[in-house]
This record gives sequence, structure tokens and C-alpha cells, in this order.
Amino acid sequence: MSGPTPPPGASALPGQQTGGADVRPVGRRRRYSVLTRRDRVTMALMVGIPTVLFISFIWLPTIASIFLSFTNWRGISALTANNFIGLKNYETLFTTYPFFWPAVWHNVLWLVTFVFIATPIGIFIAVLLDREMRGTRIYQSAFFIPVVLSLAIVGFIWEQMYTSQGFINSVLGHTSSNTAIDFLGNPTINIWAVLVAAGWRHVGYVMVLYLAGLKSVDPTLREAASIDGANARQTFFRVVFPVMKPINIVIIVITVIESLRAFDIAYIINRGKNGLELLSILITNNSISEASLIGFGSAIAVVLLVISLVPIVIFLTRTMRGDST
Amino acid sequence: MTADAAPVAATAVKVKHHSRFRWQRLFLHVFLIGLALVWLFPILWTLFTALRPYGDTIADGAVSFPKTLNFDNFVTAWTVGDLPKYFVNTLIVAIPGVILTLWISSMLGFIFARFSFRANLLLLMMFTAGNLLPPQVIIVPLYRVYLALPLPVPLSDHGVLYDTYFGIILIHVIFQTGFCTFVLSNYMKTISRELTEAALVDGAGLFTIYSRVILPLCRPALAALAVLEFTFIYNDFFWALILMSTGNKRPITSALNNFQGSFFTDQNVLAAMSFLVAVPTIIVYLVLSKQFVRGLTLGSTKG
Amino acid sequence: MAEPTRVDAVSRRTVLKGIAGAAGLVSIPAIIAACSSTTSSSAPSAAASTGASTPPASTAPGASTAVGTVHVGSNHSDPGEKGAMEAINAAFTKDTGIAVVLNTVDHGTFQDQITNYLGGTPDTGYTWFSGFRLKFFADQGFNIPIDDVWAKVKGNFTDGFAQSVVGNDGKVYGIPVDYYPWAVFYRKDVFADKKYTVPATWEEFVALCTKMQADGLTPIAFGDKDGWPAMGTFDILNLRLNGYTFHTDLLAGKAKWTDPKVTKVFEQWAKMIPFQAKDYAGLTWQQAADTLVQKKSGMYLLGLFVSSQFAATKKPEDIAALDFFPFPSLGTEFDAEKALDAPIDTWQIAAKSPNLATETDTAKAYLEYWAKGATQELMFKGQPGLIPTANDANTSSYSDLQKKAVEVVSAAKRITQFLDRDTRSDFAGSNGMQSFLLKFLADPTQDLTKYQASIQAFWDQLPPLV
Repeated sequence: MSGPTPPPGASALPGQQTGGADVRPVGRRRRYSVLTRRDRVTMALMVGIPTVLFISFIWLPTIASIFLSFTNWRGISALTANNFIGLKNYETLFTTYPFFWPAVWHNVLWLVTFVFIATPIGIFIAVLLDREMRGTRIYQSAFFIPVVLSLAIVGFIWEQMYTSQGFINSVLGHTSSNTAIDFLGNPTINIWAVLVAAGWRHVGYVMVLYLAGLKSVDPTLREAASIDGANARQTFFRVVFPVMKPINIVIIVITVIESLRAFDIAYIINRGKNGLELLSILITNNSISEASLIGFGSAIAVVLLVISLVPIVIFLTRTMRGDST
Repeated sequence: MTADAAPVAATAVKVKHHSRFRWQRLFLHVFLIGLALVWLFPILWTLFTALRPYGDTIADGAVSFPKTLNFDNFVTAWTVGDLPKYFVNTLIVAIPGVILTLWISSMLGFIFARFSFRANLLLLMMFTAGNLLPPQVIIVPLYRVYLALPLPVPLSDHGVLYDTYFGIILIHVIFQTGFCTFVLSNYMKTISRELTEAALVDGAGLFTIYSRVILPLCRPALAALAVLEFTFIYNDFFWALILMSTGNKRPITSALNNFQGSFFTDQNVLAAMSFLVAVPTIIVYLVLSKQFVRGLTLGSTKG
Repeated sequence: MAEPTRVDAVSRRTVLKGIAGAAGLVSIPAIIAACSSTTSSSAPSAAASTGASTPPASTAPGASTAVGTVHVGSNHSDPGEKGAMEAINAAFTKDTGIAVVLNTVDHGTFQDQITNYLGGTPDTGYTWFSGFRLKFFADQGFNIPIDDVWAKVKGNFTDGFAQSVVGNDGKVYGIPVDYYPWAVFYRKDVFADKKYTVPATWEEFVALCTKMQADGLTPIAFGDKDGWPAMGTFDILNLRLNGYTFHTDLLAGKAKWTDPKVTKVFEQWAKMIPFQAKDYAGLTWQQAADTLVQKKSGMYLLGLFVSSQFAATKKPEDIAALDFFPFPSLGTEFDAEKALDAPIDTWQIAAKSPNLATETDTAKAYLEYWAKGATQELMFKGQPGLIPTANDANTSSYSDLQKKAVEVVSAAKRITQFLDRDTRSDFAGSNGMQSFLLKFLADPTQDLTKYQASIQAFWDQLPPLV
């Protein structure tokens, strides 16, 4: 785990060339010797190439998505001025497109379930496991194994539980077509069925992160609390939890981002319809499909982008602020 | 007298604490074992279903004592599903992907850790933000970029970046670099500066410092990230689904999309296949769990 | 914390050396070139289901010394069909010396990504459908016309099939290779056992459903997880109640979804729903077909491809038991049209194939080969639900089921291609008509005026078709 950030005292001075002579550090203020030309080329390459790749493959496409969202382009013939329709895509999206608001709602449900149910369960298990006892590694592994599975596999595994001949219906005795509970097909409950599967995985993820954080909590704090007579719950909520604030933020951010990215499970179950609409699948179903409504799909992508920027910006400002102080 | 009574009283309290403690412990273990079993149940159920012939499941119902247990479904999944080929595809993507990602992120991390240009922060933010974006936000223009960018023929069948392993590896590297750079730069900051400076004094160039001084010291972090990245890339469903059109070149997770429905009419074979695809990551985790956990936590816990 | 630098960095150095610098991407192409190849998809060593003769593996691209190569893309991803493709390609190579490079993509994915595929780097020859979808892509310039090939083979096809491959500009763009009717399938042995008779009219149909329900069967099997099976029911009801002309007008946007004629369709359908499987939304058509195989359901409105589920059991008594009847008449003037869905599959040539220059001739030869009955029979062996279109196909090997299918389609005065092939793909897709039909099925008693208006509103907001 990283230690305290060293002060940014030592820095090379760009723009100075001395043709490669090394300067021996003088006095207590340490400075890097001036970089050789070769070094600067190396540095430029080391940073430059990834940056160029990044800009070309992530940021330029992002801007292109925003740009395309104002068109009705289908990607077949060339993009011309005629394709520009201004905000019409957004208008359609927010008013007449019947699948947008259900998708938003499902993403919100995903977020709320993750934040208020799955994450607390993960935290709870982490707290339980954060003590000296035998078998803690085994327990951790049990909860963490779902995390190493791909979401597509998670979808398949839970389908075995949910189908008419699956585990749950068999146990309840409801295996005939009339009596089976349609976990995957009933539009009211299938989002919950998927959330259980996704939450099953998310709990392990949160647990591991939290456990690591708990281990870094100063034990003297806990001792002080127990000397003061606090019981376990009070110790956690009044002492440990506040101290874990950076971890809490990270976990919240990760949770939010995971819920906005949700794609695989719903896609593999039924391509994201009939109660499993999600913003990410709407994008692909509209744009990367036979329909090829690229402009319209890009509008949905922009909506997703704007929503995602909120947790991303929060994460960045927190960590970068932590970085520079 | 109080001097005697106090320790006696203390011991009495301690004893009482202990026995209550033991009960609490027992209860905790029982609770955890129960919860852990519940947690693992879906995977175990998949395994159980996979071991039974489909005919039996239909005849007796899914929840029934098995008449026969065999590996037939696994064999069918392996051969008919042509799993070895897809596993090889995955390795073709994952191994270069991990190596390249770690290499690029370590270089970037090195620069960010050692030098404090103003641009550093901005760049790091940019990289990390890219990592956090949902991939669907950029997929449409990205797809078009892939169709347009030329790639010489040995690497590509059609002369463009689309539908090539190189293209898939590239997008994985780009998407994972942010996270790994972040982790490695934090880690590298903890490496003493004296080491670097000694090397500089000795006349070492930047790249030499990076590769001979810093990188070897990052081995624990690199190992942790390698395990993590392998799992991320292995588990990726989306990129190869969209950016690769040749069915039999796709890596295993994306190829899963093909395996439902008419390909396997038999649900138990599907269960077997799910299990086979899940096994590599489970094994990687069980064998390398320490590195795995460390990799995840390195990125999130900062002092 | 400072440790002396370990010289062990050598191993890492060797690795990094291989990758260092832009030119150093040498190691990676070598690996990739060695491992990746566009050789034909390897033959499954244990071909499951339908007894397709496992052929010698298709030739590798390296063997293209003879007359040339052709890259073909196919959506025949099921094991039986895949085996058939390989047999066909092997036979083609043997006959013509042209090597075939086969790219098989999962059936559903192939369709989803068709726009990307055709606009990107498609194979030269590829499988596709007839109807609106053929015309649409031909209009976009994604296909090359094959009038020259057609001139050679047109004698082998009926007028109906000839019409099905003509684009909006009158040119021919594909070879029709197979078709399958949509009808109501049932098990002869169950009907005999329970003394059911095949219904010819709606009233008889409903009476039969009631009887089946009383006997503990699910009268109408149904699996609509994939969204498109429900379209079959819509199509047949609309054809019977409102006729072929209205149906095609509706799908072309010339008639409106708010039309009261459409209301009739939904009202009629609502009468069927109590007899339908309740868990349809979570079942694929294969799982629903299994309920028919397992004698848990009585009837199933589906395409002839349902026979693959029966063939998969490998039990002769199951395979022999499958039979069908055309959807019962509804007592309107349009019953006489005997219209039904009989989608036709085609082979076409992609205009944007990167190999078009060198492969146009070989691809045309490939398509010509597919126009032969003998070729189509090879696919038919792998997937008995796909009936050959060629006149010279040998029907003596057809089972009674298949002969009946040929009869029914020949007797039909009007054939449609299925809703999602007869209309715009942005209307018929996953977040489109598939979802709308599911919504109806979930609540058939809902306000139909509002419901139909929502469909029309969806159609209206679709952007112009380029």
C-alpha cells in the first residue's frame, strides 16, 4: 500500500539544455540532474505515445459521439449537412421514444440497489471478517469467487436458477408452464432477478476493498474506543467508518460506475428488452444493429456520458486533491 | 484488600468475557459458513446440473437425486463448442494485452511518479477518466475508426484495424492503462528517490533507470496487476462482441453469446460450458489470491 | 526501503526488448500470424443432433492454388447446419477447384451486425434473407447485381422464388436457396391418443384448445424470449383477417397501426392468449419446442425449423410424430388466399468485400452452385427444416412432413416473408416491434387504442431511411 506522497520538491526544469552534463546535487535542496536530450526524447515517447493513443481512441470518439448525436446519420451513405437535425434526437428520446425512461429507471434501480443493499452487505461481511479468526481466507474466497467470473457467465449461472425448470421453480414445485414463476420473462420482476445476480457479484468486490481499507485503520483508534467502553457497533459507526472516508468514496464511485456500465447480464438474457432495458443496451441496439440508427444511438450515448461524468469527476477531484496536498 | 480484589474481579470479568466470547465466535462461524454456502450455491448448482444427463433432468426434475453423474456434458461442451480454439483466442488477446498494458502503464507511472510537470495531473486525470467511462459511450465512433484505420496485412486479414486481434488488444490496453498507471504511479512514489538519484549520478539514462531500477522493484504491484488485468481481459464480453466480426476468432467470453439457443439445445450442456469457461479465472484466483486482492486494493486505498 | 538493484532484471529486459520501440512490435505479429487464420471454422469433432455426415474439413486458404478462392459468410451456426455448410464447401471445391473460406457467425449476431458487416469488411458471398431486407441493402449499394448468374439458373425456380430476389430497381440480387412455412405443429401420436382432430376453422381451434386444457396440456406452446416468434402469430392473424394487401401496406408504412383493422388482429389474439404457455417470455423457441416434444403442449405455431428440436432427440418415434396443419381459417374473404409466412433465405454478393476484385467470379460460381438442387439438398440433410427451392431438388427423400410443406406453400396464393423481413429493421428490432408485441402479450386487455397509437408514434419518429 502506498505511503505518504513525497513533496514535489524535486523537479526537472524543462527547456534547459546543457547537453547531457550531470549536475551533482548541492546542499539539502535536491534536484534532479538536468535531463539529457536522449532522456527527454524517451520521456516524450513514454508519455506521448500512450497519450496519442488515448486521445485518438477514447476522447476523440467521445467528442464524435456528441457530434453525431445531433445528426440522423445511419452510417451507410456519407455524412452531409442534410443529416444535421439539431436537438431532434434528444427531443424524441425524452418524449416519444418509449424505451428511454424505462431504461433510465432500470439504471436508477440498479444504482439504488447497489448503493443501499449490495454495498452495505459487502461492508457488513468485511467487518465480520476483519478479525483474527481461523478460516477468514476461506470465507473471503467464497464471497469473492463470483467477482472473478465474467458477468456473462454470471448471467448463465443464474439462468439455471431462474428458468421454469431451474432451481427456484423446482424447489417451489412450480415447474409447469402455468405455475412457474417467470423470473426472466415477467417484466415486473426480471430486473430484480438480474439485480440479485449482479449484486451477488458486487458484494464480494466491495467486501475485498473494504477489508483492505479496514486493515489500514490505525488500531490505536479502536483500542481507544474500546477503552472508552464502546461496543462493536458504536466503534464501527462512530470511529472506523468516518476514518474510512477515502475508501467509502472510492467504493461509492465504483458502485455508481458499475451500475451505469451494466450491460452483460441483461444482454445475454434477452438483449435488453421486456423489463431489462438499460441505457447501455439501448445504445448498442440502436447503433450497432441492423437498424443502424447511429445519430439516435449517439444521443443516448451522450446522456450516458453526462450521467457518468458526475461520479468520474467526483472521483478525480477527490483523488487528485489527495494527490497534491 | 482492594489490591487483591481488583485482579480477582478483573479475572472474573475476563473469564465471563471469554465464555461469552466463545459463544459469539461459534455463532459467527456458523453464520459465516451458512452465508458462504449460500453464496457459492449457484456455482455449485451449475456444476451439479452439468454433471447430469439432460434426459434425467427432464424426467426427474432439476432438484432430484441424480441417477447418473458423468462428464458427458463437459465433453460435449468441449468438443462441439470447440472450446480449445476459443481459449487459445483468449490467450492471444490476454497475454499481449496484459504485457503491453503493464509496460505502458509502468512507463507512464514512472514519469508521473518521478516528475511533477503541471501536465501530469491533467494527463493522469484524462487516463483515469477514460478508464471509468462506460464503453458504450464511445463504441459507435470507435467502430468507425476501426473500419477506417489501415493495418498491414500480416496483422489483419482485411487491411483494417477492424476484426483483428491487434485491434482488440489495443482497445483493452487503452482502456486498462488508466487504472494501472494510477496504481503503479502511487506505488512507485513509495520507492525511495535516493535510488533514482544514485543511478542518475552514475550517468544512467531515463529508460535505464526505469527498466533496471524502478521496474524490478515494482514486481509485487506488477504481479498483482497482471493477475487482475488477465481476469479483466478474460472476462470482457463487449469489445470483441462488437469489434470482431469473425465468429471463430472471438475470445471465449464474447463467443459465449453464440452458445445459447439452437447451438446447445441441452441446458445441462450449457451449464457444463459455463462451468468450463468459469474455471480458468477461478483457478487463477485461488492460486494467486494474494496478488489479486493486492491488485484491487492498491488502486483504491491511499494512505 | 532502498534495495540494491538486482541484476535479475535481465529476464524482464529480454521481454521488454522484444516490445521496446515502435519497430519492436515484431514479436506480436509473429504470434498473431501464427495463431490466427481465417481458415474455415474447424469441423466439430462430434457433430451433435441431425446426423449430418461429417465431411472432410474445408480446404485451408493456403490451398488456393487452383482457380481461386472465395470468402463466404454464413449464419448457419447450429451444429447440423454448420456441418452441412462444410459438406457443401468441400463438394464445391471438388467440383470447381475453388477454395472456400468460411466465416460462421452466430445466427442472431449475424443479423444484428449486418449493417456493420456489409459496410465494413464483409465476406464476398454471404447468407441473407429475402423481402424488404434484401431490397433495402441492395438500394444502399451493398450488393452487386447477379443478373448474369440468374440468367443461367432461373429455369430452376418458380416465379414466386424468382420474384423474391429482385431489388427495387428490377435487378436480381440473390439466389433463393431455402424456405420454410409457418404453420401449427403438433404430435400425431398425442392427437391420436387423445382423439383430437385437426381443426380447420377458428371455432374448432378454440374448442380443441379448451379440450387440451382440460386434459392437462398447454394448448399452445410459445417461447418469446427472443422477441421475434410472436411476429409469426401477428402475421398469420393479420393475413387471415385483413388480407395480404393490407398486411404488406401496413408493414411498408402505407397503412397505419391505428387502423381498426389492426385492432381486430389484437382482439383475435387476445382470445388465444388464455391457451398459451404462461411462461413464454422467459423461454426461447427451442425450449418451447421441447415442451411439444415432451408432450406437455398440444400445438405450436412456428416455422418448419421446429423439426430440428425433434431430430435432436434422435428417437425415430419422436421424429415421425411431428406433423402440422395450416393456421385455421377465420371466416373472412381472405381465407381463400391461404396466405402464410414462408421466409426465403438467399445467398448474395457483398459489394464492399475487400476481395471483390479477385473474387467476383468465384463468388458468382459459388452462388450458381447453390442454385442447384443437389447443393440445397446437402443443407437440407443438415437442417431438415429448410426446404430447397430448386426445382431439380430430389423430393423422393423428403419425409411426409416435408412433402406436405411443399404442398402447402405451393397451394398458397400469397406468401409473406415474416414481419421482421418485410419491414424496416429499425422498426422490427429488439427495442421496437419485438418489445411492443411483448407488451401486448403481457396485458392483452389493455387499452388497444392507446397501445396502437404508441406503435404508430414509434413508426413516425423513425428517421428517414437515408
